[in-house]
Amino acid sequence: MFSTIAYDLSHLAGATVLLAGFVVLYQRRLLGVFRAFALQSLAVAAAAAWQAYSQDAPHLYVTAAIAFLLKGIAAPIALNWIVRRLDIHRTVETAVGIGPTMLAGVGLVVLATLLVLPVTVSSAALTRETLAIALSVVLIGFLVMITRRNAITQVVGFMSLENGLVLAAVGVKGMPLVVEMSVAFSLLIAFILFGIFFFRIRERFDTLDLQSIESFRGERR
Amino acid sequence: MLTLTLLGLLLLVALGLAAPFLRPHRLAPRLVHGLTGAMALALGVAAAIRLLAGGDVSELDLPFGLPWTGVHFRLDDLSCFFMAAINIASPMVMVFADGYARRQAEPARALAPLPVFLAACNLVLLANDAFVFLLAWELMSVATWLLVLANHRDAESRNAAFVYLAMASLSLLLLLLAFGAVAGGDGDFRFSAMREATERPALATVAVLLAMLGCGVKAGLVPLHIWLPLAHPAAPSHVSALLSGVMVKIALYGLARILFDLVGPPVWWWGVTLVVAGALSALLGILYALMQRDLKRLLAYSTIENVGLVVFALGLSLSFRANELFDLSALALAAALAHVLNHAFFKSLLFCGAGVIHEATHERDIEKLGGLVRRMPYTSLFMLMGALAAAGLPPLNGFVSEWLILQAVFASSSLQDNLPRLIVPLTGAALALTAALAAAGFVRAFGIAFLGRPRSEAAAKAVEPTGSMLTGLALLAGSCLVLGVFPVIGLKLAESAAHGVVGVDLPAGAIGWLFVSPLGSGGAAYAGFFVFLAILGMALGVRAFLGRIWPERRRRAAAWDCGFPDPNPATQYTASGYSQPLRRVFATSVFQARETVDMPPPGDARPAHLEVRLVDPAWNWGAEPVRRAIEAVTLRLNALQFLSIRRYLSLMFAALVTLLLIVAAGQQ
Amino acid sequence: MIPAAISALLLQLLHVALALAAAPLLVGSTRFAKSRLQGRRGPSPIQPYRDLLRLLRKETVLAHDASWIFRVTPYLVFSIMTVAAAMVPMFVLDLPLARAGDLIAIVALIATARFFQSLAGLDIGTAFGGIGASREALIGSLAEPAVLMVAFALALVAGTTALPAIARFVLSGGVGVEVSLALALIAFLIVAIAENGRVPVDNPATHLELTMVHEAMVLEYSGRNLALIEAAQMLKLLVFISLISALFAPWGMASAEDGLDFLEVLAGIAVFGLHLLVAAILIAAVELAIAKMRVFRVVEFLGGAFILAVLAVVFRFVTEAS
Repeated sequence: MFSTIAYDLSHLAGATVLLAGFVVLYQRRLLGVFRAFALQSLAVAAAAAWQAYSQDAPHLYVTAAIAFLLKGIAAPIALNWIVRRLDIHRTVETAVGIGPTMLAGVGLVVLATLLVLPVTVSSAALTRETLAIALSVVLIGFLVMITRRNAITQVVGFMSLENGLVLAAVGVKGMPLVVEMSVAFSLLIAFILFGIFFFRIRERFDTLDLQSIESFRGERR
Repeated sequence: MLTLTLLGLLLLVALGLAAPFLRPHRLAPRLVHGLTGAMALALGVAAAIRLLAGGDVSELDLPFGLPWTGVHFRLDDLSCFFMAAINIASPMVMVFADGYARRQAEPARALAPLPVFLAACNLVLLANDAFVFLLAWELMSVATWLLVLANHRDAESRNAAFVYLAMASLSLLLLLLAFGAVAGGDGDFRFSAMREATERPALATVAVLLAMLGCGVKAGLVPLHIWLPLAHPAAPSHVSALLSGVMVKIALYGLARILFDLVGPPVWWWGVTLVVAGALSALLGILYALMQRDLKRLLAYSTIENVGLVVFALGLSLSFRANELFDLSALALAAALAHVLNHAFFKSLLFCGAGVIHEATHERDIEKLGGLVRRMPYTSLFMLMGALAAAGLPPLNGFVSEWLILQAVFASSSLQDNLPRLIVPLTGAALALTAALAAAGFVRAFGIAFLGRPRSEAAAKAVEPTGSMLTGLALLAGSCLVLGVFPVIGLKLAESAAHGVVGVDLPAGAIGWLFVSPLGSGGAAYAGFFVFLAILGMALGVRAFLGRIWPERRRRAAAWDCGFPDPNPATQYTASGYSQPLRRVFATSVFQARETVDMPPPGDARPAHLEVRLVDPAWNWGAEPVRRAIEAVTLRLNALQFLSIRRYLSLMFAALVTLLLIVAAGQQ
Repeated sequence: MIPAAISALLLQLLHVALALAAAPLLVGSTRFAKSRLQGRRGPSPIQPYRDLLRLLRKETVLAHDASWIFRVTPYLVFSIMTVAAAMVPMFVLDLPLARAGDLIAIVALIATARFFQSLAGLDIGTAFGGIGASREALIGSLAEPAVLMVAFALALVAGTTALPAIARFVLSGGVGVEVSLALALIAFLIVAIAENGRVPVDNPATHLELTMVHEAMVLEYSGRNLALIEAAQMLKLLVFISLISALFAPWGMASAEDGLDFLEVLAGIAVFGLHLLVAAILIAAVELAIAKMRVFRVVEFLGGAFILAVLAVVFRFVTEAS
């Protein structure tokens, strides 16, 4: 009985992470994107905490705390602050329409499922599902980065990709803490870098639209 | 029975050959249509009875035809079913044709090919070797070509007939190669030999692909459908009805015959290919239908949709079979066959109705119609029933088979391979979208053509037909209703045929007079009769009840229209306007729909103009390049026409030597 | 003892009567809750009954161009909705008519009602009727695939699309916290909002020309015809809510299989009433919280529902493949 609850809850957390990924894709407003990303990070934190409890692996609590504090709370607040501070246009600029990206997202989930199912036939259902979901989240993070123009949404895409990696890492038993720590730190570094980057771009071009950078480099005609 | 059937077909051919000589006589059309209809009815009823009675397979070999083979015929459950499906609807079309053809410009032109066409179609069903099959197939194509050419003075018709002939030849070529691949090196073209082969032929993959392409061309499967929306509108309406109700079905028969019977046990990707192709056809077909203004072209695209549904179900059945889930395979096959039968009735009805409208108004553009419901109450009632059936809505017959197909989709989780397990639900979603779009499409077709106020002089003066035209429509509409309210009639036939092919029955009591519960008594069920009865009883009851308590006071007045009614019929919604939201959502990428608005500046009296451009990807990326390539090659080869005799002879000599070399190489 | 067949029939009649009686109250309570949440007093929850009664007694005004289709539609739509309501289990499982069709058949019946209503919208030949029919086609054709995918997910979980069987499966408790079901529920809620023309897809209270969908289609109706159309619309809301309660929360339903207990039926009715009340308050709250979308944004909204339903199916496949 306990095992089914453990299974259901981690399944639910994983599904919430993936769903939040889709909400990121669906949103048209930057603030909505941040909120969806925060939801995703919180779900990742919950998944990690639950795994820590059910696998009896205390180091995962650290992962959960990192995800909760850094990505669930700090990152969205910081992003909000950047948007307000720089007075960025608050609509998401899409390179591909919302509908097609959502369909592409479903295609990616199917692809991830197809990839994971045969590889992990021998492993337990839980691991397999977590892997399928994590791979989907990673792919969807990529999709966000590809199909959204604004640099800020790209950062969000990058971080949600990282969420997928963490989800995969906590789902598999016996993953050492080092990995997550490094991942979290890389995230932090990336975040700071991007932050500085924004300011620099902003100073130079008065916009965060990457197209302007491209035209500056002479890539667009 | 087989001998009798063959004699009947011979009679039909003789009738066709005699028709040109009967021509001067006033009663010739009635005689030809009447005899053809009677013969078809006899064939169809006999086939249905034999199917239900569970007769044995009968075979007949005749010692003429190709030397060392002879010709072979066979009548089994599958051919019996298709014989019943195509021959029971066509007499009703013949009744319609009796009144309709007389009003055509040149009624006699369609007279001779008509019985030959029907005979050829039936002959395909009886063929038991590749030779007879292909001969009958080609006879069918030629007869169809003549039928499409009935209005030969019209350039559009000539073009349509030419495209059709080209595609039909392509289909023949592909099937010829397919049979060659099945027969293999021994070259035994008897179906019985192919059937008895113990192992899957070496070239099975090639054969299956060729058969899918060859039958797909004829059935109008996307992206091989390009001839269909041209030929259907060009032909006279009773011919369009036969094209959709009969010929396309023969193509589906060919597909089922080869894939289920001749090439041995299926591999998983056969089914998946058909499932994807079918779903694609269904979705694109109905989307395209939604964009059409020409009523008959719209119906032609809807035929593509329905062919897609049938092919989808066939593919599903093959997938189940590849996984050895024989009872589910039988269910999917029965669903496909039931849809074949139902489509024959409702599409014939709709095409005949389109013919009635064309006769009454000389218009096929629905944006120039409107208000016909007041001028032609009976026609509009029958067409409404046809539209409901084609939209797949209860309690008409289209719903029953679509429901069965969906039930088969829902059972797909028992498939073992991962790819089909995921592809079938996703394509099932495409099917659901198709069903919803079909409902929107037929609201549009019926609503714009029949309702509202007349948009042209011709529509305002339309007159209801009388006599046999209306009788034909009534018969077809009545059949649609009966098959929908008592689905057992059609489903029993389909079940028997599926039993004959798969060898497994549906669960006991799956198909009863009142309930259809395909997965056994505990599962999902549908009771068409109860639903129909409940709705009808409720509606009449409410009407009587309200009328008794508060006698109705009714007054006619001008339309309210938010206080600004405009008497000009041009202010009504048009077909293009109705489908504009759907066009924006779906067609912008698929068909590259572009709207150009020509808005005159203030003060200019010229009317504003909206133009919608659609591109059929199959034409642009499929047919056009091929056409250009052929043109380029033929321009080069044109030089061959002007050689000296010596050069011609040397060409032939070179060909001979090459063949001899090949033979010599093969002997080593 | 009453013979089983007769008691089943009586129950079915009771079911229909209750559905017909509850539908206006449901809409009335929704409006009541909404106005209270807005800080208005609002009309009493039984106002819809008074409206319907008044409409029934009024004279019918038909446009000159109205054909028989226009006059038949109200009766047809109303009876189709009643039959659909009769087929959905509300407080008793296994009613006779619940066997007459599964979830797909009910969806198709609702589509038939939409078909006729759209035709009636086009019948008078006014621009408003057309605009309503056209938008309804857009919303309907996007909602239907989502419903079918929900049905698919349910069929995968419960093994059937027959409503009593699904309800029984959920009741048996073998489900747990099933992600597929949760996703399917969200998708179904979105579809229910769209199908019933609630905010944010359509506004049932609007008479502003450019924003209305359903109201535009029925603009020309008056008198008893309008009453029937309105009643049908109320029934539709009831049908969707009872579908949700039968599929996802069928607790408290009486089972007709092993003889019916009078008390059980009463309890079922009470629980069902509670469900309706919760639904009314929820709808009111949601409608207050969200603004109406523009039409082409609805595409993404419903597309989202569709994608959720597809995800529900895919998840189910992942879970099952073991």
